[in-house]
Amino acid sequence: MTDYAKPLPKVTDESAPFWEGCRAQELRIQRCDSCARFRFPPQKMCRHCNSVEFTWAPVSGKGTVYSFTVPTNTSPGELPARGFDYPYAVALVELEGTDGVRIASNIVDCPVDEIAIDMPVEVTFDQVTDEITLPKFRRV
Amino acid sequence: MGSLSNVCSIVGIGETDYLVNSGRDPLLLALEAIRKAVDDAGLEPKDIDGIVSSSIDASGSEQFIASNLGLSNVSYTSEVTGLGGAACATVAHAAMAVASGMAHTVVCFRAFTPYDFTVGAKHNQSTLWAKASGVGEFLRPFGWSAMVDTFAMNCRRHMHEYGTTSAQLGAIAVAMRKHASMNPASIRSEPITLEDHQNSPFITQPLRELDGLISNNDGACAMIVTTTERARDLRQKPAKIMAAAQSLGSHPGLLWELSPFKPTITESEAAHIAPRLYAMAGLTPQDIDVAQIYDCYTYTVLTMLEDYGFCKKGEGGSFVEGGRIEIGGELPVNTHGGHLGEAYIHGFTHIVEGVKQMRGTSTAQVEDAETTLVASAVPGPTSALILGR
Repeated sequence: MTDYAKPLPKVTDESAPFWEGCRAQELRIQRCDSCARFRFPPQKMCRHCNSVEFTWAPVSGKGTVYSFTVPTNTSPGELPARGFDYPYAVALVELEGTDGVRIASNIVDCPVDEIAIDMPVEVTFDQVTDEITLPKFRRV
Repeated sequence: MGSLSNVCSIVGIGETDYLVNSGRDPLLLALEAIRKAVDDAGLEPKDIDGIVSSSIDASGSEQFIASNLGLSNVSYTSEVTGLGGAACATVAHAAMAVASGMAHTVVCFRAFTPYDFTVGAKHNQSTLWAKASGVGEFLRPFGWSAMVDTFAMNCRRHMHEYGTTSAQLGAIAVAMRKHASMNPASIRSEPITLEDHQNSPFITQPLRELDGLISNNDGACAMIVTTTERARDLRQKPAKIMAAAQSLGSHPGLLWELSPFKPTITESEAAHIAPRLYAMAGLTPQDIDVAQIYDCYTYTVLTMLEDYGFCKKGEGGSFVEGGRIEIGGELPVNTHGGHLGEAYIHGFTHIVEGVKQMRGTSTAQVEDAETTLVASAVPGPTSALILGR
């Protein structure tokens, strides 16, 4: 696991609870304590009621594919080489029970040409280093 | 306070050559474009008393510009961030400064170099691109690594919701390259066919190589804004600023890269600008003779044609078919060849081309064109202009 060469998240104070959740095999999303709406990515204030109080609430980890892409290694060079194994799929997953909150992840254990929008998926946790576990999704 | 409509005009334009991987210095490029714009207007550098720039990050570049040009009366500066969405906003800021009397002759400029973009991004921790924290923290580890990934994500959803096809995107690429082939300044000067587009490899599915911009050129553009009244005494026929508008969209704070996290991802921030823009100009989409629409990827043209009201949401695919957006068609789009064919200067070439259309000097001139829409990048913070004769 020390040889892991792909980009890792630079964890901040704000995001640490998300990654701690993943390490504990639990997907946690910010939920406003005042109006109970979920939000992702993390924000300091609820855009609906402007409360700064929130909880990192566990969600089921089930969801559906909202959209997805299949990158190649020939994309224009804004960034250094991707370092990924091609082909792979990046998906936006709409999380069940969150009123439409989406997160970005990979669809694993499924050929990229079988992935479709609205396909049901569930979270699976991929421990890539001692510190970091990435939430990924598989077809259900 | 009255409307900004027609109070100011663009009276000078300047462009450098557009070259691939030339290694030219960005400041020198900016200075060259500004000198050309000043000359074009029949003015002297000392006449400039306002500077508006567009940048990825606040750079303070106006001080270097003023110092090198020997400007000693600069009374207004502004820097609009927000990448390609900022281009038209620079003209809006300039017009506001002139209309309010803060300045009389304002230059807007952008120098773009890919080494600035990439090397700067790697080494400058303040850039969006460098961050694996913040917005990047939830994208990079999954291989969502480049601009194209975000456009591809939105495009795939558009295809799902409305049945948009890759061949329809191809019609946009064909039109841009046709116009580019008429423009001697173009980097990609060869026209392409729909078949070429469909045989082009994917960069990030569903977007192909020929859906994408020229990403490795450098160059600069500049334009001079002053009052329409004063423009009458200057060298060029003015391009009147009939309307200008800017928007952060409905979910600001999610930077453009995170736009797919918004509730609706197939509608862009342009939809928020359009009503204000047309109202300020006193026009409807049917009154627009030619459009210059930011085309880092074909998909941004498709979605903005919908969001600026040229067709209904979801009908952009059929709208672009059959040569409608080519010269001679109902609504020619990007008559310079756009970022797909001419060069990529973050939306500024589109403003320059809008001015040329109003002067009647485009290499793909639309006969009797009296109005042009100029639209900067989406998704994310964006801006637009309507220019008139």
